[in-house]
Amino acid sequence: MEYLLAAVAILSVAAFVAVPLRRSGSEQPAAIAAAADLEDLEARKLAKYREIRDTELDHAQGKIDEQDFRRQDAELRAEAVEILSALDDQKSTKPSS
Amino acid sequence: MNAVGAAALFVAFLTAIYVVVSALLGTRGDSRWADSSRRAVYALCALLLIAVLSLELAFLRDDFSLALVAQNSSTTTPTWPYKLTAMWGSQAGSLLLWATVLSIAASAVLAMTRGHHREVVPWATAVMGGIAVFFTGLIAAGIAFPGAETWPFAALSPVPVEGQGLNPLLRHPLMAIHPPMLYAGYVFFTIPFAFAIGALITRRLDASWIRSTRRFALIAWVLLTIGLALGARWSYSELGWGGYWAWDPVENAALMPWLTGTAFLHSIMVQERRGMLRTWNVSLIVLTFALSLLGTFLVRSGILQSIHAFGESKVGPPLLILIATILIGSTLLIVSRLGDLRSERRIDSLASRESFFLVNNFLLVALAAVVFWGTFFPLISEALSGEESSLAAPWFNRFTTPIGIALLFVAGIGPLLAWRRVSLAGIRRSLMIPTAAAALAGLLAWLLGDAGGEPLALVLFVVAGFTIASVSQELIRGAAARRSLTGDPLLLSLGRLVARNRRRYGGYVVHAGIAVMFIGIAASSSFQTSEDLRLEPGQEARVADYTVRYVEPTESIDSAQQSLTFGAVIEVWRDGEPESMILAPSREYFSVNSQSDGAAPLRSFFEGEATSEIGRQEGLTTDVWTAIQPDLSSLDLVMTKVDRQFAQRIEQIEPGDVEAMRQLATDQGEAIARFAQFYVLNSPAANIRFNVNPFIFWLWAGIGIAVLGALLALWPGSGARRREVVSDIYAARLARELASSPG
Amino acid sequence: MDPARKRQIRLGVALTVAVLLAAALVYTSFSAGTEAREPSDLLAAGPNGETYKLTGKVSEEGPRVGGSLEFVIEDRDGGETLPVSYEGIIPDPFREGREVIVTGELSEQGVFVAEEDSLITKCPSKFVAEDGSIPENTFVE
Repeated sequence: MEYLLAAVAILSVAAFVAVPLRRSGSEQPAAIAAAADLEDLEARKLAKYREIRDTELDHAQGKIDEQDFRRQDAELRAEAVEILSALDDQKSTKPSS
Repeated sequence: MNAVGAAALFVAFLTAIYVVVSALLGTRGDSRWADSSRRAVYALCALLLIAVLSLELAFLRDDFSLALVAQNSSTTTPTWPYKLTAMWGSQAGSLLLWATVLSIAASAVLAMTRGHHREVVPWATAVMGGIAVFFTGLIAAGIAFPGAETWPFAALSPVPVEGQGLNPLLRHPLMAIHPPMLYAGYVFFTIPFAFAIGALITRRLDASWIRSTRRFALIAWVLLTIGLALGARWSYSELGWGGYWAWDPVENAALMPWLTGTAFLHSIMVQERRGMLRTWNVSLIVLTFALSLLGTFLVRSGILQSIHAFGESKVGPPLLILIATILIGSTLLIVSRLGDLRSERRIDSLASRESFFLVNNFLLVALAAVVFWGTFFPLISEALSGEESSLAAPWFNRFTTPIGIALLFVAGIGPLLAWRRVSLAGIRRSLMIPTAAAALAGLLAWLLGDAGGEPLALVLFVVAGFTIASVSQELIRGAAARRSLTGDPLLLSLGRLVARNRRRYGGYVVHAGIAVMFIGIAASSSFQTSEDLRLEPGQEARVADYTVRYVEPTESIDSAQQSLTFGAVIEVWRDGEPESMILAPSREYFSVNSQSDGAAPLRSFFEGEATSEIGRQEGLTTDVWTAIQPDLSSLDLVMTKVDRQFAQRIEQIEPGDVEAMRQLATDQGEAIARFAQFYVLNSPAANIRFNVNPFIFWLWAGIGIAVLGALLALWPGSGARRREVVSDIYAARLARELASSPG
Repeated sequence: MDPARKRQIRLGVALTVAVLLAAALVYTSFSAGTEAREPSDLLAAGPNGETYKLTGKVSEEGPRVGGSLEFVIEDRDGGETLPVSYEGIIPDPFREGREVIVTGELSEQGVFVAEEDSLITKCPSKFVAEDGSIPENTFVE
């Protein structure tokens, strides 16, 4: 009895996992790598925004004095702009599928 | 029905193998194989759930044809929750639990990362699949090697009419959920581990692997915290020794991954913000996962003397090999990627969050090292000196207490700092109130609690006061700062502040919770009153400022559980308080006889398991705790006499004489009832352990607060999309501002 | 001081503290540890004033008088027995046939005098009789 059930289970699972395999083609590794690069940049962008916001909060609370804040804020925003422009570059070179 | 579960479980093993194979094929960039492997993980989850479901149904049906059910349940076991939770009391059941929770977590993370991280995900899937192969393989191996006892559907023939039931010590709701909480905690660390390995292999070592798996690490932390707390709570409220932590090897096994997991949760924040500590983070998650497996191994292997010894099991060696493989493989992988891992960034200043996170990590790992050394010392000493030597609580406390205090202090300073650098004036401003609060806390403890005699506790109160004040200050000042920016009223500002910065303020709440927990620990350890009393009914004794009176003995019989309970009514007065407390500690004795066996009906109660029922009055400031050990020596003669009479009667009954057997059973029942009353009438003395534990409530409350804080930090952001839009507007503003700014 | 030097100093401090901690761990553990012994080992060595962790099986449970308990402990695989005199909490799972660990020293009179509250009893493994078989009386047709 178990063998019959096991065979049924194996066939069902096989059918379920075979669905993607019947697709015609797949993306090139280069495209996948590009997508991964994009994701990394997006993650860095959001982290950078969080940093900028946190620094603002800390400054508003008085933990960072005015001078330090201006310097840090400018640094962070410059880094953010770098990431944004890298993102733009990445998006424009991404092959349209 | 069992056939369905058995078939599903075996096919699950095959599916897990396919997960690994298809995932590895998917790493070459072919997303068809990657998608197929993801579907295979979903299928694995479904199959394991079917297996679990069919096992639970077997328990509910009292299907004793399964050895698992016969050994862990009985017709008299209460359905809720013990029949349902009995499954993971056994080795086979707990392995199945591990595999099932893993498949659920893996399915969740793969569904959440669908279409993302397409380079890392196939490798991570392969790793998770590999672990699944290990556990389902161990389970399936139980079919060929029944001695290993890992196949849950092992049949029993002939089929017994009654099961052996659950060990009375485990018949407690806390014990029902304690194991799955711990196991689930261990399992959830698999996810960040698998993604770390994937990130290392593909050299995608930025923070994106952390972003996707951070929540799983936090969930693991919450589950481990709850599991540890439940174990401690059970020990305190159910066992006759009155303590909650004994530095027992099995307790330590769960604590170690909790410690390194806590360190990991902190250090990934540094990597996300500043891109630093990348090597440290991957090493830490490998260590945490290895410790989680070690925890599973320690509990099941019997290599260390512990009260939790489950006997020697055959799964020990394979688990050890798995741990070794993971450690060696991961180390080689990390070393080969050291170049990619090194970051350019350095810590700017000592007075920065990053710096204190490093200190926090150092302390946590040091604590884990102490616990590790102490736990494995019997093996180490045997290897080095030939003699097995073990360490007890005093040795552990000598090291863990100062490190714990230092940690609490750092947990108080962290929220006061900022990333990168805090100005000197900023530090001074931030430290003023918490330091004052700390001093006040110390003063109060000195004056009100006579903490002068306990310097360690005093230091702890001071540091805890510091941390709680620091967290409160952060909340209030943050809300005030927000109010000055937005003009909202203070309370609304506070609410919005916390809602928009859940991770930060959730973390602060956790710190406050830990501080409260430490207050509970310090107060209840250093200022505990404990006395062993021997009282006759009607007698009183004085303990500190309490009067304890043994009012009368109590008895009860539970025929369903086949148990006899002897206890007492204890009345306790505290000086200066008019109301007395009535406590009812007792001891429950479970008979070794089954329902039909009538040998030695009375003595059988005292040859089986016995559990303590604690008479306890909990309060915000004090717990009064009593346990009783009835003196049974005066009952000996009666027991022997009555048992001998019944033995003689049994001999005279013809086999097959059903009527006589039934009469015997009835008479035995009456004899037991009379015996119980005899105990009460005979009024024997009893040993009563009387403990007064100050502030122990706050130990539990503190843990609860910490868990709530973690849940707050976990809460998914509904405003994420809104923030995205805002961020893009932000981006435009940024560009404009920087374009227009001079220089 | 330039940042690189600062980093080196910090690393040096951290490593020093780590080494000191490790040394403290090792040093204190070897002197604080209690060695484990079975009854046969103790009997062979005789009373020497040292404290040991006695491990073995309860072969006979004696009377519990007041807060004290007398019992007989034997080697885990049977063999030599040793009487134990104990005061303190008796753990819930304690009974004949169970494995226990108790800390104390062997007295001149040949009795193992245990430290208060040092008795640990191992929780039994899942209802398998001591020789590995499942008890007879659970099978009733």
